[in-house]
Amino acid sequence: MKKRKSILAAAVTGAFLAFGLVGCAATDEAESPATSAAGTTDTAEALKIAIVPKAINIGYFTGWNEGAQEACAELGATCDYIGPNEITGAAQTEFINQVIQQNYDILVISAADQNAIVPALDKAREAGIIIVTSDADVAAESVGSRLVSILPSEQDDIGTAQVDWIAEAIGSEGSVAIITPANAANQTAWIAAMGPYLESQYPDMSWAGGSLESATFFANDPTESAEAFASILAQYPDVAGIISPTTVGVLAAAVEKKAKGAAVKVTGLGLPSEMAPYIEDGTVEKVGLWNPLDLGYVAVYAAVAAKNGNFDGAIGSTFTAGDKTYTVVDGGIAYLGSPFTFTKENIGEFKLIY
Amino acid sequence: MTNLSTPKNLLTWDKGVVLFLVISIFIGSFASEYFATASNLSFVIASIAEIAIIAIAMAYLIIAGEIDLSVASIMALTSASVGYAFQAGVAFELAVVIGLVVGLLAGLFNGVLVTVFGLPSLAVTIATLALFRGLCWVLLENKPVNQLPREWIDLGNKNIPGTFFPWATILVVLLAGTAWFVLHHTKLGRWVFAIGTNADASRFSGIPVNSVKLGLFAFTGLMSAVAGVVYTLRFASASPDGGTGYELSVIAAVLFGGVAIAGGVGTMWGVLAAVLSLGVIKSGLQLAGFSANALLIVSGGLLLISVILPRVTEFVRVHRSKASTIKRTQ
Repeated sequence: MKKRKSILAAAVTGAFLAFGLVGCAATDEAESPATSAAGTTDTAEALKIAIVPKAINIGYFTGWNEGAQEACAELGATCDYIGPNEITGAAQTEFINQVIQQNYDILVISAADQNAIVPALDKAREAGIIIVTSDADVAAESVGSRLVSILPSEQDDIGTAQVDWIAEAIGSEGSVAIITPANAANQTAWIAAMGPYLESQYPDMSWAGGSLESATFFANDPTESAEAFASILAQYPDVAGIISPTTVGVLAAAVEKKAKGAAVKVTGLGLPSEMAPYIEDGTVEKVGLWNPLDLGYVAVYAAVAAKNGNFDGAIGSTFTAGDKTYTVVDGGIAYLGSPFTFTKENIGEFKLIY
Repeated sequence: MTNLSTPKNLLTWDKGVVLFLVISIFIGSFASEYFATASNLSFVIASIAEIAIIAIAMAYLIIAGEIDLSVASIMALTSASVGYAFQAGVAFELAVVIGLVVGLLAGLFNGVLVTVFGLPSLAVTIATLALFRGLCWVLLENKPVNQLPREWIDLGNKNIPGTFFPWATILVVLLAGTAWFVLHHTKLGRWVFAIGTNADASRFSGIPVNSVKLGLFAFTGLMSAVAGVVYTLRFASASPDGGTGYELSVIAAVLFGGVAIAGGVGTMWGVLAAVLSLGVIKSGLQLAGFSANALLIVSGGLLLISVILPRVTEFVRVHRSKASTIKRTQ
């Protein structure tokens, strides 16, 4: 009898707690303008756009969303930033379902998994939602599941650009090593492009240890990256340069270089906000990255152009975002262009943005 | 005051969970107009199918006083095996069978380490959690397999015609019904409870404790493999990182469903109601505008409540019966 009472009391408490939470949500919703636009018409003001990152709570995607919000403000659309807090296709699928259920007109998404979200995207497409992938695309076999993809640069260009940066830093002479995460599809593709490019373009440069394999060190976090940095110096004392095609690795390499006072040159893909101290004090001459704000901004423009019937995503078709016109190339992709580089001259401006 | 006058536990924990499920559905419908639509309910059911299938087996294992943390890795290993075999040219039907066998063997491997070598299942399955996941990466090498047969993908993504139930519902209902019957109405089921309550006493009374435990680990491996196949079809692909973290959702649901972490206590329908209500709550709150961060707090809070509340009620019960004993003796 007593046990029953206390459990019942608990159940009631739980229910009230839940009702309380729902109460908060209801208030929030009433205050947001999103709910007032229930009757959807085709004017830009009524467009409901979902911006879905691989995961929220990540600075890179916060910047990506800022770019998207800027475009939304210019176009008078309502953009909601929603997404999971873990980078898995399964988690992201729940938010694609939310986009379907809540009758969004447009979905701008960075694919957390190139395959797993495809069935969910197909359902969204069948529901009439315009889908634009941005930053990360679905697998090449599934490009029909979205209208167009907005990507930074062609994979090969991202790889070869980094070889050019390190060549500039070391005077096109000496051996080069790489710090990169294991099993990362993008990095694997970039490094594959670096290999032959360095060998053919820079006769006085070589890979540390003689081959791309011997020059590549795997590290998945700052600690492992710092260890990789130490291993490279121990194994190849005369190494001239280190490329790290990841924001985590290049930062760790800069930190270690400064701490050890090492002569080796460092470059790679780095966030300006993180790399600013090391660029400003000369530890690192140059890093590059595309601008996530541009990826979000351009994706919203592409989607709205499609929604308004001015763009169909076909190869060769064009759309305009800001003052630039973009053309869709093979694979249904529009590229922003070469990676943007940061040096002492401009990092002060960009470190404030992302 | 004796127990004779007390009506037999009208509201036990598992019944409370069923009540909670009903309340959750009510709240979901109330919180968002988008919740109680056919397509959303279909999505909710599909999204918990794998967790339900694994939770059915995990309930047995935890009731018997053991645990398996490697279930999500077995699920992924099955998925990877299916993808690998299919890519190597094996017919998809046969690839599925291969995947199920791999899962069964993985479960047996856990079981042998626990029962033959006498190692604690917590330690063994933390190790195999990593080991099986590593095998996934070796098999697929960061090259996920897609382009699976269309009719199979449809099976994983379409509803039973004329209903909002995904095809996986049939599988879940069949498995859950069988598991419920065996757990609550057969000698084997009673053995599982006895082993979880007191393994030594069970052994002395002639129950083949190790064989039952070995069987339960193999069963858990097989059910994780079934979930792995469902997962592969639902996401139309096999990737080495599939289902990461699912073991936590499974264990959370089993504990929330009223299975005691120390073993010996639990019901199958409590567990199923818990799996469903966690899915319902998540969807309802999400559609009501809660962010992923808020959902994390809610699910963590629910789990804490499910661990703390039985302790509190037990404390109150013991405390009161002590008080009444004292009163009687005075």
